[in-house]
Amino acid sequence: MPAVPPRSGDAIFASIERVNAELFTLTYGAIVRQLLTDLEEVDEVNKQLDQMGYNIGIRLIDEFLAKANISRCVDFKETADVIAKVGFKMFLGISASVTNWDADGTTCSIVLEDNPLVDFVELPDTCQGLYYCNVLSGVIRGALEMVSMKTEVTWVRDMLRGDDAYELQVKLLKQVPEEYPYKDDE
Amino acid sequence: MQFFGGSDVSPSPPATTAAGHNANMMYMFNRNGVCLFYREWNRPLRTLNPQQDHKLMFGLLFSLKSLTAKMDPTSGDKGNLGMPQLPGQGCSFHSFKTNTYKLSFMESPSGIKIILVTHPKTGDLRESTKYIYNLYVEYVAKNPMYSPGTPISSGSLVDFRNYLMGLSLFIKLEVAN
Repeated sequence: MPAVPPRSGDAIFASIERVNAELFTLTYGAIVRQLLTDLEEVDEVNKQLDQMGYNIGIRLIDEFLAKANISRCVDFKETADVIAKVGFKMFLGISASVTNWDADGTTCSIVLEDNPLVDFVELPDTCQGLYYCNVLSGVIRGALEMVSMKTEVTWVRDMLRGDDAYELQVKLLKQVPEEYPYKDDE
Repeated sequence: MQFFGGSDVSPSPPATTAAGHNANMMYMFNRNGVCLFYREWNRPLRTLNPQQDHKLMFGLLFSLKSLTAKMDPTSGDKGNLGMPQLPGQGCSFHSFKTNTYKLSFMESPSGIKIILVTHPKTGDLRESTKYIYNLYVEYVAKNPMYSPGTPISSGSLVDFRNYLMGLSLFIKLEVAN
């Protein structure tokens, strides 16, 4: 049986169940608003958004692998491309591109063309340190951890803070291969 | 076949070519060796208690993967036998057959392993295991009441179990010539 090639992001996006974009944006906005009210500290909210993203990512990875027919996940370069071209397209309907590879191929930047999370959003002066889309960095970190890649994901450029685009920096810390989990006691 | 609201599970369940229950047992493991799911339809002989059985099965798969990667004649870079592997690195086996049963295996890059033990004349079950993986995604990964890494057993996961009860009807039987 020949190997099945991964499906394109557009094809999956068209075939999957979708939800209204405004509903999504407003729901996310309500979540962030509530977190700000509950936690008050902007750093705490950033951390909480990242944690929420992480919890989403560890489940999302299975859906992503199943729908996109992906069987190999070893090369970080290939992985970053797949996240940008297939992942973002499939789940959020946005096109993203991978740029700024460093010399040893362990750090790259993913630039988002548009971002449905931030429609209608403006950051007030009291929340200037807030990474509004931090849930996305958590999702990528969680998903990659489930395929044995420990990464650090940070926001380099954020349009809500006055930059011209949304840019995420993904840095591969290490690849942790599967260990035999049982101790050799029997 | 529309099972899940609006979206189709892809691929759709493989067509049956013969009626009959061909599946004997099914296991699902995660990357840490936790047995997420075990179901038997036809297992006359049981030699070990369930924990040992799961450990044995997981150990078998782990060793077989290591062995097949090491013995790959097409790949240049081989680690030492027994060295931990990254998901997708090297080749991986998908089934083995003895004179009494056939074991079919699928592993996702996230470490979810699906094993089906069936009648030896069963055809290639890669589509069926892929279908089970899609079921897992739809009913387990997306279920907010399920904690990842724990066995699938709570009452809210009854849908997953129900679909699998009928799974033996979906296993293709192809008599090998």
